[in-house]
Amino acid sequence: MKITSKLYTALIFIFLFAPILVLLVFSFNEAKSLSVFSGFSLKWYQELFHDENTLESVKNTLILAVAATVISTVMGTAAAVGIHKLKNRWYRMAVNTVTNIPMINPDIITGISMMLVFVFVGRLFGASTSLNFWTMLIAHVTFCLPYVIFQVLPKLQQMERDLTEAAMDLGCTPFRAFLKVTMPEILPGIITGAIMAFTLSLDDFVISYFTSGNDFQTLPIRIYGMTKKTVTPKMYALATIIFFVTLTLLLLNNFVESGEDKRWRELKKQRKIRLKRSEQS
Amino acid sequence: MTMQTSVKTKKRGGMSLALAPYSAWSLLFILVPLIFVAYYAFTDDNFAFTTENITRFFTATSELKADDGTIGEVRTYLVIFMRSLKLAAISTLVCLLMGYPMAYIMARAKVRTQKTLVTLIMIPMWMNFLIRTYAWMTILQDTGILNGLLGLVGIDKIHIIGTETAVVIGMVYDYFPYMILPIYSILAKMDGKLLEAARDLGCNSVSVFKRVIFPLSLPGVISGITMVLIPSISTFYISQKLGNGKFFLIGDAIEGQYIANNLHFAAAIAFILMVILLACMALVKYLTARLVYGGE
Repeated sequence: MKITSKLYTALIFIFLFAPILVLLVFSFNEAKSLSVFSGFSLKWYQELFHDENTLESVKNTLILAVAATVISTVMGTAAAVGIHKLKNRWYRMAVNTVTNIPMINPDIITGISMMLVFVFVGRLFGASTSLNFWTMLIAHVTFCLPYVIFQVLPKLQQMERDLTEAAMDLGCTPFRAFLKVTMPEILPGIITGAIMAFTLSLDDFVISYFTSGNDFQTLPIRIYGMTKKTVTPKMYALATIIFFVTLTLLLLNNFVESGEDKRWRELKKQRKIRLKRSEQS
Repeated sequence: MTMQTSVKTKKRGGMSLALAPYSAWSLLFILVPLIFVAYYAFTDDNFAFTTENITRFFTATSELKADDGTIGEVRTYLVIFMRSLKLAAISTLVCLLMGYPMAYIMARAKVRTQKTLVTLIMIPMWMNFLIRTYAWMTILQDTGILNGLLGLVGIDKIHIIGTETAVVIGMVYDYFPYMILPIYSILAKMDGKLLEAARDLGCNSVSVFKRVIFPLSLPGVISGITMVLIPSISTFYISQKLGNGKFFLIGDAIEGQYIANNLHFAAAIAFILMVILLACMALVKYLTARLVYGGE
């Protein structure tokens, strides 16, 4: 890289990482100030671990994220298999378009639109508040599904079509053929999809904000409440922890992907060797 | 023969069964909600048809104190909407001007460096959006870190927080990776032979960029623009924190109506936003088709 390129890259990364650095540094600040660093201390972390409301919201966030991930991964994988087998072009295009909607639509519209349905249905049943854990779960599953589907579909398209047919010719039921043949091939896509769903669910604020009730608060919603008042470095300590957890997940995902690349290269190599041998003999 | 057909029907039945839960789900929780936005937008509290919510958006007025102290009447929501559009357009332009060179540098780096740079660009996206924005607030404050650093170098303090500039900084920061990544992925895939050919045919570096690289990267630029423009038009919270609540945006208006439990009016604003975004995207798609794929 040329020196100007290096300089430019450095400037961009200063811009991108300045706020994160501020968070990390000031979460260890002794004083309450968020602009003057007066000494190293872990007291905000200690306070964080004694804040029961925050811990409760962490627990809620995890429960919600796990539930949303499991449901959207299972349903999304099944949907991807279904879409892949669709013969009708129009039906396929319709499903694709609908799947794209939650990814393209602004979060605020996705959130508002689902909230309207929940409130309407709640009113039909005469409930005073219709927003709760379940409405939030439905919303999270809905915005996670497209990401799972679009991770699994390409893996299905990479697969050789004949493989499942062969398994079924050899006596497998379609479901068994799926488990034994298709599943191992598309597993990396499923894992990436699941990790994406999990991190998206953990991080979501806007859609959760419109679809949550008072009885079930997730972390981003609690943070929103906290930033309405004056903020202590306690929140920065929390942000630091969340940051490192998501970072670990991201790196884990990269690891899975690079393992997958290696496996592909190995397979290709073996195939080449086999071809050469068959040519020779 | 009969056996074969029976196997085939069985298979097809199994597959549509796999798609069935998702079909039902997407119908109920993607399509029906969008219809409900329109339904709420065109009804009053008793669900009787009305266009009042829509008219209110275009005609509601409020008093606005101008800089010189005079008080004038303005159309509340149109002002908010134009402001959202303006700030989002500025942010998108800044993202493009800052992001294109970065994407270009990334695409020309070694493959290994490329991978590291992509990961590094994505890392800030994994910090919660609310906290990121809040961190900028503490940086930009009058007594914040930026002014502290400027003071050390001996430059006068600057007042940023609570201005439109601060809101733009927040938007650019939050959506910057969405601009870089699509442009980068197009530039990285570009065939190096094309550039060599252009050079062999007598182009200098500037005209290689102008005549070959930039036109070929347009699809990435366009998807980058849509990916930054859409969330920054509809954002809320950023302007509340970095603009000290002075610059209400369309997202803030929707949130405000939601908090006040005016669901029908909130739906009307969301509906108008959705229609305008759809029109914008159709326009972008049309222009892409003309400029990029069917140029002549």
